[in-house]
Amino acid sequence: MSWHIEIKEKEGIFDAVGEGIKKDILDLGIRSVRKVRFIQVYILEGNLIEGKVREICEELLVDKITQDYAISRPLNRHELPEPGEFTVEVAYNPGVMDPVEESTLKGTQDLGIIGVTSVRTAKKYIIKGNLTGEELKIISEKLLYNKLIQHVVDYSESARSSPVARELDYQFNLITVDLLGASDKRLAAISQEGQLFLNLREMQQIKDYFKKLKRNPTDCELETIAQTWSEHCGHKTFRGKIDYTEELEVDGKKVKRKESIDNLLKSTIMKVTKELNKPWCVSVFQDNSGVIRFDSRHNVCFKVETHNHPSALEPFGGANTGIGGVIRDSLGTGLGAKPFLNTNVFCFGPPDYPFDKLPEGVLHPKRLMKGVVSGVRDYGNKMGIPTVNGAVLFHERFVGNPLVYCGTAGIMPKDKSFKKVSPGELVVLVGGKTGRDGIHGATFSSGELTHESEKISSGAVQIGNPIQEKKMLDTILQARDRNLYTAITDCGGGGLSSAVGEMGKGSGAKVYLDKVPLKYKGLSYTEIWISESQERMILSVSKKNIGALIEVFNKENVEAVVIGEFTNTKKLELFYRDNLVCDLDMKFLHDGLPEIVKKAVYISSNKHKAPVSSCPRNLTPYLEKLLSRYDICSKEWIVRQYDHEVQGGSVVKPLSGIVNDGPSDASIVRPILNSSMGVIVSNGINFRFGLIDPYWMAASCIDEALRQIIAVGGSLKEVAILDNFCWGNPDKPDRLGSLVRAAYGCYDIAKGFEVPFISGKDSLYNEFTVNNKSIAIPGTLLISAIAVMDDVHKAVSMYAKNPGDLVYVVGQTYDELGGSHYYDLMGYLGNNVPRVSPAEAKSVFNALSKASSAGLIKAMHDCSDGGLAVALAEMAFAGGLGMNIFLSEVPYKETQNVKRKTQKPREDFILFSESNSRFIVEVAKDKQKEFESALEGVSFGLIGCVMKDKKFNVYGLGGKPCVKSDIDKLKEAWQKPLRW
Amino acid sequence: MPKPKVCILRTAGTNCDMETHFAFREAGADAELVHINNLINQQGKLKAYQILAIPGGFSYGDDIAAGKILASELKYKLIDPIKKFVADGKLIIGICNGFQILVKCGLLPGNNNLNQEATLSINDSAKFEDRWVYLKNQKSKIKNQKCVWVKNLPEIIYLPVAHGEGKFITKDKAVLERLKKNNQIIFQYCDEKGKSAAYPYNPNGSEEDIAGISDERGRILGLMPHPERHILLTQHPRWHTIKDKKYGPSLKRWQAGDGLQIFRNGVEYARKLI
Repeated sequence: MSWHIEIKEKEGIFDAVGEGIKKDILDLGIRSVRKVRFIQVYILEGNLIEGKVREICEELLVDKITQDYAISRPLNRHELPEPGEFTVEVAYNPGVMDPVEESTLKGTQDLGIIGVTSVRTAKKYIIKGNLTGEELKIISEKLLYNKLIQHVVDYSESARSSPVARELDYQFNLITVDLLGASDKRLAAISQEGQLFLNLREMQQIKDYFKKLKRNPTDCELETIAQTWSEHCGHKTFRGKIDYTEELEVDGKKVKRKESIDNLLKSTIMKVTKELNKPWCVSVFQDNSGVIRFDSRHNVCFKVETHNHPSALEPFGGANTGIGGVIRDSLGTGLGAKPFLNTNVFCFGPPDYPFDKLPEGVLHPKRLMKGVVSGVRDYGNKMGIPTVNGAVLFHERFVGNPLVYCGTAGIMPKDKSFKKVSPGELVVLVGGKTGRDGIHGATFSSGELTHESEKISSGAVQIGNPIQEKKMLDTILQARDRNLYTAITDCGGGGLSSAVGEMGKGSGAKVYLDKVPLKYKGLSYTEIWISESQERMILSVSKKNIGALIEVFNKENVEAVVIGEFTNTKKLELFYRDNLVCDLDMKFLHDGLPEIVKKAVYISSNKHKAPVSSCPRNLTPYLEKLLSRYDICSKEWIVRQYDHEVQGGSVVKPLSGIVNDGPSDASIVRPILNSSMGVIVSNGINFRFGLIDPYWMAASCIDEALRQIIAVGGSLKEVAILDNFCWGNPDKPDRLGSLVRAAYGCYDIAKGFEVPFISGKDSLYNEFTVNNKSIAIPGTLLISAIAVMDDVHKAVSMYAKNPGDLVYVVGQTYDELGGSHYYDLMGYLGNNVPRVSPAEAKSVFNALSKASSAGLIKAMHDCSDGGLAVALAEMAFAGGLGMNIFLSEVPYKETQNVKRKTQKPREDFILFSESNSRFIVEVAKDKQKEFESALEGVSFGLIGCVMKDKKFNVYGLGGKPCVKSDIDKLKEAWQKPLRW
Repeated sequence: MPKPKVCILRTAGTNCDMETHFAFREAGADAELVHINNLINQQGKLKAYQILAIPGGFSYGDDIAAGKILASELKYKLIDPIKKFVADGKLIIGICNGFQILVKCGLLPGNNNLNQEATLSINDSAKFEDRWVYLKNQKSKIKNQKCVWVKNLPEIIYLPVAHGEGKFITKDKAVLERLKKNNQIIFQYCDEKGKSAAYPYNPNGSEEDIAGISDERGRILGLMPHPERHILLTQHPRWHTIKDKKYGPSLKRWQAGDGLQIFRNGVEYARKLI
């Protein structure tokens, strides 16, 4: 029997959810809405009398102080609406995990009531107002539900049919795929129909392999190969062969070069690490994240991943499982590291993008952003991991394909930093149950998005259950500390297939798929094998420890089940109820990928338009506009929703200032509370520079990530970086060409800074097809940096501290306006993109590290988007103090590669150039001498001072003010755009 | 000196346990993380402790409502040991999720039948927010402050809140009046100067700016702000400014933050219970 319970806030109690929805509806431009009421619905199934249902309501489901409830049977549930009142009830689709079910069931059992067999929830909205049917449809689709995971309840239907889709038992039936008899055309069709995303050459290779075995593959074998060989898991572009042609324009002359690259990763990114050979690099490019030394007893690991395609389709679930996945990367590194910070970087379409320009099947950027932010908030906060750093960028070309980067750093005892699987050990699956969620996620992200994606790939969308993962984290760390297992990895893209396949790579593995705990009946052996259900990990456990291990998990209500054994057969053998359903050679699976040579072409173009008008006299409005740009403006609306202080380790928080709302550079976290040592994390990202030259984009991203570390008082002594390439389709030579060029930039600049890469990731095929035209995202590189700080008490913050203090710019400013926000504001891209000289930059960075560690620096802020002007304004208004600045004192040079018509340097260029390796530094007057001598050999200028009043004035080269404003006005310009 | 024993309760979704552990250790206690299953399976286990701490987090995902499922678990599966613990005059502190749990299982404001008389509902801003707040404790106005947790605190302290459901509401006026009469309102949100002020000073819209309350005897404290996140000066968002203005060169490296005294108070008192 099923019982429907509807719960709403009492009259007079603030209905926060309803009011929030009403605001969103008004934001959509639908003005006729008067009121929205939110009603939470629970549907209990089971053998229950009404008295018990009332008890469940009053003791568990309802807050009697603020809420009323009503119980009804399904038939009479739907009362007729009043005129001008509309009801929309949203429920999860069958098979989609409802995280509330498990905990509510537990709650009823705690009450001593045993009859409840299932709990489902729904959300009901009563919307009042003169709405048209079309408006109601817009509200429902744009705000209330996502059809991939939810549906609007049809009352007439739900009254008739049973509300729970009864899952049928699965009848075993071994499926084979006829490859041996297939023509090339048929092979291509098999790949496409099965969503395998394998190309013809790869399909032929598979056919040849099975020809030798004289049999056809099972569906499971084919899926396993597709998963393993997918771009997502195999990174075949970075590890394959590339024919690269480059055409640059140097001093007006064309310079051409050709290069044949065997393994781009090894010849650029990993090469830096190998050549630098830092003794503190513990484990690089081999585990789920990169590991460096922290102190004499601990190591820290760091990994950043993307979850772009899932987030495009279901932003909450996509970001939710993105962060969940990267947390498991930390937990799956070595023998498991405890996550202590998260970082997130997003790229979206503009939040004010016109609805009528939105391509079919695409969610509006504002909804995407809100969904992604709540997905990260939900998972990060519930896991108790502080989200301490991030960035958000906007561009039209991200409308159909947003980027969602999620990163996690973890800490582990030194002796738990490596894993080793031995034959004879058991394969143990711990954590959540397996369902149909996330089937084909790995292969799906290895293709382009189209408006059809939401239909064909909806299985790829998942929702996370952070509490499941938290329980698993708590228990894994206990088992780790008792040495109960020898290896661990997470089930991410590709599910069991990739986790077990990867762990058993060197030896072999046998798995009994019918042993895997399922969420519901009816899954086939292949579905079990490739499901990407979240919150699961695989352990390798020796037989003598298995009892103790299972007890650790079961004691805290986490499932741990033996599903197989690691063998020495060098084979992957899968069984379902004693039937052999997969029998593959590990060697073929992992090394059988055919060698494909991809073509890459990069032709530099120096012909982007640049403004020809002369320098405006009054630059105040330009500064205000820059501060209001979505990329630059305050992200406080996002940051405050993340718990950035849980675990108690924060030393420099993402927001700082006299009222805690200025934009910090890097964040500093203390992973061990009774130690003075800290970890600094930062991110460098700037796709605009890449539109001009991906090489200098890579250089600038590295510089930005590193200079943020310097800005908070860190040093280059022990810094490691991660690369994250998000690019378009690498099968297209121009896309791949710019990727190669960026990778070259990574090598040269990281080598120059002597900073090793320790891990990385790539997400290719970020394209969206509209009307048969493929729109690629701008090739976007994210560089994330992690540094170890010996003494967090030496940390520096970014807000201005004292009136009368001196203000310096450190580092050289050039007329590098290409790709700047100032140019973009005027509709230009320009050509003179900011460059990096690692030698010069290093001397600036080292001098500042020395000065900050000697306590000579009051405040420091790095110059990035919007240049000097924005950095100065941010420091001033964050500190609640004014500034007087003199441009004539800024060390400024013009680069040779630009021909200039005018004689006098341009004030706007000095103020808004985004040249790298520069800082604004506040120094107390009595430290002037010491500070300046610490900067010997470095370009710097004493450009002004901090003022007691709120005036913010910049005096131009002729001595007249070119910016005349006050900090309240500037702060308002900066805070207003994303004050949602 | 004997160290009082603190039981830091842990379950699925608890996540401020480590820093609460650190806070009690810094305050001089012998703190231990204990999973709720252990207490349920060994009903006598709680007896060994002088303080029960329910830390922040999202117990059971805060599904249904914040703290609700753990509150009902305590009420139905652990009530006898807890009643005994309270009757013995031992101390309980609930922080953030812990406060929500104490209120929802009726231990706060507290009555004989453990009926729920107040709640913590969704913030007026309708979202989770992490921000620092000023709290006043009115100790200068209250002659005989019974609450053992607030001794030796300055009039105004500064702590962070991080919650989505922190709006304190009482069942009716009578409950609120009783809280006032018995001096059970321990912490109220205020501005820098101690005056009542609107959002964001009062971050969630709580009645009478209530941030924390105690039971009638002053032994059970529940509060939304996180004292365990301000044990060290470097956790203060403006520690650079404070360092210069307040301490100058005399700054000690491990200068305490405002929250530590709360734990010290509990530990000092609990020492007498050993």
